[in-house]
Amino acid sequence: MNLQRRSLPDPDDLAGAIAAHDRGAVATALNMLDDRRPEARKCASRMLATLPDDRLDAGAHLIGITGPPGAGKSSLTAALIQVWRAQGKRIGILAVDPSSPLSGGALLGDRLRMMTGEGIADHSVFVRSLASRGEYGGLSAEVWPMSLVMLAAFDIVLIETVGVGQREVDVSKLSDTTVFVAQPASGDSIQFLKAGIMEVPHVLVVNKADMGAPARRTLAELKTTLGSRTDADGWEVPAVAVSATTCTGIEELMNTIEAHRVWLAERGLLADRRKRFQAEWIVKRLREDFGRFGIERLGGEPGLFRTLTQRSGSPFDQYDDLRASFLAHWHD
Amino acid sequence: MDMSVAVKRDKPWLMRTYSGHTSARASNELYRSNLARGQTGLSVAFDLPTQTGYDSDHPLARGEVGKVGVPISHIGDMETLLDGIPLDTMNTSMTINATAAWLLALYCAVAERKGVDQRALQGTTQNDIVKEYLSRGTYIFPPEPSIRLTSDIICYTVNNIPKWNPTNICSYHLQEAGATPVQEIAYALSTAIAVLDAVRDSGQIEDKGFGKVVGRISFFVNAGIRFIEEMCKMRAMTELWDRLCVERYGVQDHNLRRFRYGVQVNSLGLTEQQPENNVQRIVLEMLAITLSKHARARAVQLPAWNEALGLPRPWDQQWALRMQQVLAFETDLLEYNDIFDGSPVIAAKVERLMEGAEEEMEAVRENGGMVQAVQNGYVKRQLVRSHTERLRAIERGDLKIVGVNCFKETAPSPLTEGMDGGIMRVDPGAERAQIESLQAFRAQRDDAEVKAALDTLAEAARTGTNIMPASIRCAHAGVTTGEWAGRLREIFGEYRAPTGIDISIQDTTPTEEMEAIRTRTRKTGEELGRPLRILLGKPGLDGHSNGAEQIAVKARDVGFEIVYDGIRLTPAQIAKAAQEEGVHLVGLSVLSGSHLELVEDIFARFSEVGLSDVPIILGGIIPEEDAGQLKQRGIAAVYTPKDIDLNRIMMDMVDIIRTSHGLQPFGALQ
Repeated sequence: MNLQRRSLPDPDDLAGAIAAHDRGAVATALNMLDDRRPEARKCASRMLATLPDDRLDAGAHLIGITGPPGAGKSSLTAALIQVWRAQGKRIGILAVDPSSPLSGGALLGDRLRMMTGEGIADHSVFVRSLASRGEYGGLSAEVWPMSLVMLAAFDIVLIETVGVGQREVDVSKLSDTTVFVAQPASGDSIQFLKAGIMEVPHVLVVNKADMGAPARRTLAELKTTLGSRTDADGWEVPAVAVSATTCTGIEELMNTIEAHRVWLAERGLLADRRKRFQAEWIVKRLREDFGRFGIERLGGEPGLFRTLTQRSGSPFDQYDDLRASFLAHWHD
Repeated sequence: MDMSVAVKRDKPWLMRTYSGHTSARASNELYRSNLARGQTGLSVAFDLPTQTGYDSDHPLARGEVGKVGVPISHIGDMETLLDGIPLDTMNTSMTINATAAWLLALYCAVAERKGVDQRALQGTTQNDIVKEYLSRGTYIFPPEPSIRLTSDIICYTVNNIPKWNPTNICSYHLQEAGATPVQEIAYALSTAIAVLDAVRDSGQIEDKGFGKVVGRISFFVNAGIRFIEEMCKMRAMTELWDRLCVERYGVQDHNLRRFRYGVQVNSLGLTEQQPENNVQRIVLEMLAITLSKHARARAVQLPAWNEALGLPRPWDQQWALRMQQVLAFETDLLEYNDIFDGSPVIAAKVERLMEGAEEEMEAVRENGGMVQAVQNGYVKRQLVRSHTERLRAIERGDLKIVGVNCFKETAPSPLTEGMDGGIMRVDPGAERAQIESLQAFRAQRDDAEVKAALDTLAEAARTGTNIMPASIRCAHAGVTTGEWAGRLREIFGEYRAPTGIDISIQDTTPTEEMEAIRTRTRKTGEELGRPLRILLGKPGLDGHSNGAEQIAVKARDVGFEIVYDGIRLTPAQIAKAAQEEGVHLVGLSVLSGSHLELVEDIFARFSEVGLSDVPIILGGIIPEEDAGQLKQRGIAAVYTPKDIDLNRIMMDMVDIIRTSHGLQPFGALQ
């Protein structure tokens, strides 16, 4: 699909092309979701509403990979990509990096580290790097709708982010399955979990198992820290040791990740999770716009969640409806 | 002056000129004429495909064959290169790293065919992979197997080619990447430690023979324009090396602890503006590494005055050689003992440099040693930071460069207004000829022997047996450079080094100009609906990424979102990244001279993915004539080393994006 970059594409055609795995269309849609101009927003909203959501049953999986800097997330991603590719899967990646608070600029450069070997020029892998642009009104707000586009085009959608610091995107609030990567011989990883900065992940990974004893020790510590913890849904969190460099344990890890998706799907929790995240995304944006008062005015958080999780449709549409309804109140 | 008494003079250093181009035949002729002019050793420059382990007919080699050095694809090329050169007396330095074992194997095989005993061979293989990851970019394999190859070469030569310098640990390229004198000392010595430890741990050398290994380690350093400090740097390195040899490796023999080093003086400081000034810069820099007898270079190569403009001609290289000869033979420098001994000023400066270097070496240790500190990006980030600070100092005018940020007015130069623009060009037919001769060579080999030799190589690589004997067998069998490296790529894998640009070097006191550019970037982003995004790419095999890194850091500072993936990208990868990342502009950096060929390929790939309307800018060593041609072809802007005003480039980028979206450009700042 050859899309005119200067003018906005037809949203229905665009949605169709995305569903047909057209890479150019995915890129255009991501640009559009990033575009703040009202006409682009309208077009994006329509495009999202037109995207087929039957991919949920087709097994498309939204996976978050997070962990402290230096844990080897990119090389682990690279190793996973090799295994998924061998199964003929299409893979989309959203890699989130922090922005500079002063200039707003950002350096994004992990594409190739995630696509080592023959994957580099491979058309079964699509990577979009994102700058976090701070939390409020920043790009982090767009990660959710962007994942919806990716889910419509690819079998595996991976969101990679440094999960430390309050400014960053919390992938555990977006993903079907959250994978936490810990660095051997570094207390950071464990502190991070204990501090409860993020929700309990679904899969714990100790990378660099080739280091031997330090990796085994960290794995043991993680297991003690978490005990035999289950998450809110009752999933028992596994902890595995892998080595991205020597490619050991990667296939096992992939199976564990897939097992979580199957577990969710069998209990009907997958659709619930995505609806809940969508609701959270909408409520968060409303809170940014109107504060706590606005949320109360719209019926309070529990009420909003109940309504939103029962509805379906484009997140932009739902957000716009609620926004309009609040503003209407205000004009009364 | 009394000329009647014969004064005892020291023996002068080895005088070399780093050279090689087009083909083995053309380079051989050049070497012979250089030797006839009084040059006393050879310094071979290989082209990028040879350095990165590709045959001349590999797709990645397109446009690069014979450009920055000589293409050597097999033993036939090496025989031609060394034709008529007496290998038993010649001292040959080869700037070769990732494929060092292979080029040394070819050299040994040619010597064998000429009936010269390996034990008589003299010379140097650069064989320092660490600085390739940090600055020069011609690495292939991950650090671990690379260091193992380095160690294999050392062990092999110590046992079989005793007069060979198996590794030349380079601080040269670290300075080019931005290193301060302290960093240069610290990282070079930390690299030496990593290499020596690897040799020791390999078990190929008996304990009591280890002193011999230490004695064969040599260094390749840089000398910048602050020539007093640079001279002190050499004294500091000499002293620290001596301590290291005694304390860490227990070397008692004084001769084995001598700090032996060669020099190429600074190329980073050579200017494209008023290039004749480079002559005095080169001479002053040469003083830094010759004045102090105790810290004098063993071998010196000087760049040509017009290196920043393109490939030097034979006459330019001759001029560089004559500078050395005047110093060594006309002046009285070599008649004295060390002229700085006893100077308290010099002693204090040396002491300060040593303290700083020891502190930085400790930081490297805390990062797990040099190999680990390279892999985790620590060292690269330090270098990028230093380089950024240097550029900021030039921008502010704190660091003066005559003809560049002061004394800019100039009369027209008769030197650069020659018939050929003052530089040499590689014959465009050379690549074709090289490929034809390579294909003819392949056709007449014994394929069974080639296969057997490669299997032996693979076996050695897997089992940890020294790689050299198997490589020499490959050389005789007619294995090609691409085949040798290809087999090792299968076993060792390939690597991408950290880019180091992920540093927090926010300019907290931005100038008004910077603030103005930030506003322009932000405003344009708002007009276009989203923040401005650009992709920086280095297509081709050239690994000199220092310029691209500085552009990336600067662009982030003025508010761009930058996608940068480092070196050695194919045009297809760049087009794919431009599409997936949704960028507003693409910047390419090419320093090897293959810009014309690469740009054609890039345009074709961009058109394939429907991105013909994304503007592309280009930076590198681009002759003026080519710049015109590139712009006609559709490149939005071309930058050369002359364009040191990065703010100017940033403003251009914003305006190029505006123009390509039908917005009015801002133009120059008021």
